[in-house]
Amino acid sequence: MADVTVGVVVFPGSNCDHDTEHAVASFDGVRPLMLWHNEHDLQGVKAIILPGGFSYGDYLRAGSIARFSPIMQEVIEFARKGFPVLGICNGFQVLLESKLLEGALSRNRDKKFLCTQTTIKAVNCSTIFTSLYSEGQVLRIPIAHGEGNYFAPAEVIESLEEHEQIVFRYCDAEGNVSDGSNPNGSVKNIAGIINRQGNVLGLMPHPERASEKLLGSDDGRSLLESLFHHIAGV
Amino acid sequence: MPYTAKIKVTLRQSILDVQGKAVEHALKNLGYQSVESARIGKYIEVTINEQDPVQAERIGNEICQKLLSNPVMENYSLELEKVN
Repeated sequence: MADVTVGVVVFPGSNCDHDTEHAVASFDGVRPLMLWHNEHDLQGVKAIILPGGFSYGDYLRAGSIARFSPIMQEVIEFARKGFPVLGICNGFQVLLESKLLEGALSRNRDKKFLCTQTTIKAVNCSTIFTSLYSEGQVLRIPIAHGEGNYFAPAEVIESLEEHEQIVFRYCDAEGNVSDGSNPNGSVKNIAGIINRQGNVLGLMPHPERASEKLLGSDDGRSLLESLFHHIAGV
Repeated sequence: MPYTAKIKVTLRQSILDVQGKAVEHALKNLGYQSVESARIGKYIEVTINEQDPVQAERIGNEICQKLLSNPVMENYSLELEKVN
């Protein structure tokens, strides 16, 4: 792969930034660059990852304060220009608060913070983030969140479905999407969505925590690889 | 004189309020059978240093829409009080 640099944004309270950095650095020719929330310069990165954690302590609402940090003004501009932006867990919450994606995430249905292995189904593999998966592939990727219950008004859900913007759904090990396989109460088992332009993806599960066999699963690796292939022009 | 904006942010009725549900169950367990429901929201006080109440109200609404509430899942109410 040609040398590419990928920015990983660090907010006060991010706690998956180094896991993400580690996962990114494990790909030949891909260099992670940590970007502090107070910076304005994206330093020529080819893609941005907003990592998991508790940016600004999750005060007020998860992601609501991070959305107004200096770096996010640049990330929003970067995304509007069509560059890839991936938001994982808290990063997904930040993307929703930034209105780069539609909807909101509220408290998990069963009130608990969930830190567990889940299975999700890749339901749209024509995106730059999922091109290396096969349609309907079931992936073992963990979740770790208290507010992952995806909600959007019915007309938004309809529009997401119509434009194939739902990318991942929670499912059981056999790939059945049902209420029983929905960990947090998300509408239609939604685990991840993409914007209409196809360059901004947000998901609650953590692909970086499933990026090496040693971690129990490397099913998340192809998500990062799909993205890196895209930006390296492979 | 500045104004104090007393802001209440609540989850929309269509959104499941899991904290409210937990409190509702706890109250019923305490024997308050007439308790029908409980919903939990946020109360925020913001001091706005404006002389003009219209201007203070405009700012109050703007900050509610921009940051203090998320209109996808929350409603807000705003009450202005003169600080003496």
